[in-house]
Amino acid sequence: MTDAELQRAGNQIRRRALTAVHHAGAGHIGGVFSCADMLAALYFAELRIDPQQPHWPERDRFILSKGHCAVGLYTALALRGYFDVAELDTFDAIDSRLQGHPDMTKLPGIDMSTGSLGQGLSPGVGMALGARILDKGFRTWVMLGDGEVQEGQIWEAAFIASRYNLSNLTAILDWNHLQQYGWSTSQGYAAVARRDPVDAPVAKWSAFGWQVFECDGHNVADFRAACRRATSVTTGPAIIVAHTVKGKGVSFMQNDYGWHSRPISDAELAQAIAELNAADDALLENRA
Amino acid sequence: MSTLVAQRDRFGETMNALCERDPRVVLLDGDLANSTKADKVATAHPERFFMMGIAEQNLAGVAAGLASVGLQPWVASFAAFLATRDLDQIRVVVAQPGLDVKLAAHYSGILTGYTGKTHQVANDIAIMRSLPHMAVVAPCDALEAETAMLAINRYEGPVYLRLTRDPAPIISDGLPFVLGRGVKLREGRDIAVLSTGGQTLRAYEAVKTLEQRGVNASLLHLPTIKPLDVAAVVDAAKSTGCVLTCEEHSVLGGLGGAVAEVLAQHHPTRVSRLGLRDVDAESGPNDALLHKYGLTADDIVKAACDLLNV
Repeated sequence: MTDAELQRAGNQIRRRALTAVHHAGAGHIGGVFSCADMLAALYFAELRIDPQQPHWPERDRFILSKGHCAVGLYTALALRGYFDVAELDTFDAIDSRLQGHPDMTKLPGIDMSTGSLGQGLSPGVGMALGARILDKGFRTWVMLGDGEVQEGQIWEAAFIASRYNLSNLTAILDWNHLQQYGWSTSQGYAAVARRDPVDAPVAKWSAFGWQVFECDGHNVADFRAACRRATSVTTGPAIIVAHTVKGKGVSFMQNDYGWHSRPISDAELAQAIAELNAADDALLENRA
Repeated sequence: MSTLVAQRDRFGETMNALCERDPRVVLLDGDLANSTKADKVATAHPERFFMMGIAEQNLAGVAAGLASVGLQPWVASFAAFLATRDLDQIRVVVAQPGLDVKLAAHYSGILTGYTGKTHQVANDIAIMRSLPHMAVVAPCDALEAETAMLAINRYEGPVYLRLTRDPAPIISDGLPFVLGRGVKLREGRDIAVLSTGGQTLRAYEAVKTLEQRGVNASLLHLPTIKPLDVAAVVDAAKSTGCVLTCEEHSVLGGLGGAVAEVLAQHHPTRVSRLGLRDVDAESGPNDALLHKYGLTADDIVKAACDLLNV
């Protein structure tokens, strides 16, 4: 896929995930939209995977540590061919393989169950260490939310990854600057504005011994360049600090913490789809 | 009296044996290797030994990641920390996915070597047996710790292995360990004593004393608390009519709780539970701790006699 096609795949993830959330009646949206372009780039370009063999031992592992954005991951998996796209409308329904948070025992393609925040990096350390023990060449990728790095376990894992020089581990921080509710600014809690969930993440990860690469998480070319740099590091773990926008792509969702998770009305769905379609049209025109 | 052997020593030796026969086996340490005797592996098989620092939450998560790629991680730490500090991690990435992680919980109960209540744990059985998919095993002596480890290595799925600290006699010689099976150590008709872990050693002494006092007690050792040997528990209740449970654990939710649940459903029987009575313990020598907290063989004898009104 070209970068422009990947960019459109990101919007396709947004549209289809939003439809699934609308169908389910509720779901996380803002954080799905902030990582949608990166999910597209990962699943359609960067990850060494085979949708026909979801349990292939040599596959790259991907852990969505910010597990509440499951519907974004499910959509990426479906669009990539792991299962029928129509199944996305079972999201959050009884008996569904598409649980509210990713469940590795139910859906092939999910490499680790997540949902309790701050837990995803440690299994990633285990997978990367396991690859070294088993002399396997796969890479482990872990996508972190900027809110969940408030959990102490993240920094336990960061310390150990560095201590074991896990150069086959790549973390991605979806730095969208909003968490579920957050801290107020001088404008108070009634305002939409919030303090950043994490201060100076580049300095923090650097201090823990990680190589840090910043990028625009909505520009797939920039993100993929960061992936190339991060995966070229041979001395230890690397993290891509991706600057993103919560709710990216839909005017009334962007930078509003309230869209972290909420039901979406028919009218809101229609407007959001229209805006995302228009964004795709603009991409096509740019290419022409 | 046979030679005294510590479960932790046998743990370290058996881990080395497992490393030699099973290439999937790795050992994760929470900076307690010279206490848990995981250091035997660090010395003999350094390529299988991974020190994970003083960070139990990450420790459990790393184990899950290792298991997910086909290895069999054994996690060695103190029971007090392993069962509580990383409980959410064990719940979400070990038990819920049913990954093949073995939790070797050392220094369980209250006989923890002058550490006091922060390092003692008397509710770990209750916690661990409430997690779906988690098996819970508490060997009575070092030999059974070894045979249990060999069986646990062959079993695929998460296991909480509850081990004790100090040297103790061997009473399990010749007894096979089968996960989920109780072991009848003595037949009897007046009262059934059901015990687990190191407390079985005290129960073993107690039933001999009871015999001298004219009480014919059976002794059923339950090294697997989950899945519990329901048939053996019901049979013990049916053949005697009253049951006394013994454990170095709280009377809430441990073996006594499990037995009471089973009998309430299958064969309502009078059950007396001997264990810590919802209290924290403290620092002190083992004999003094057992005495103060009512866990000696004499306490078992007295509880049995009270139950029988003799």
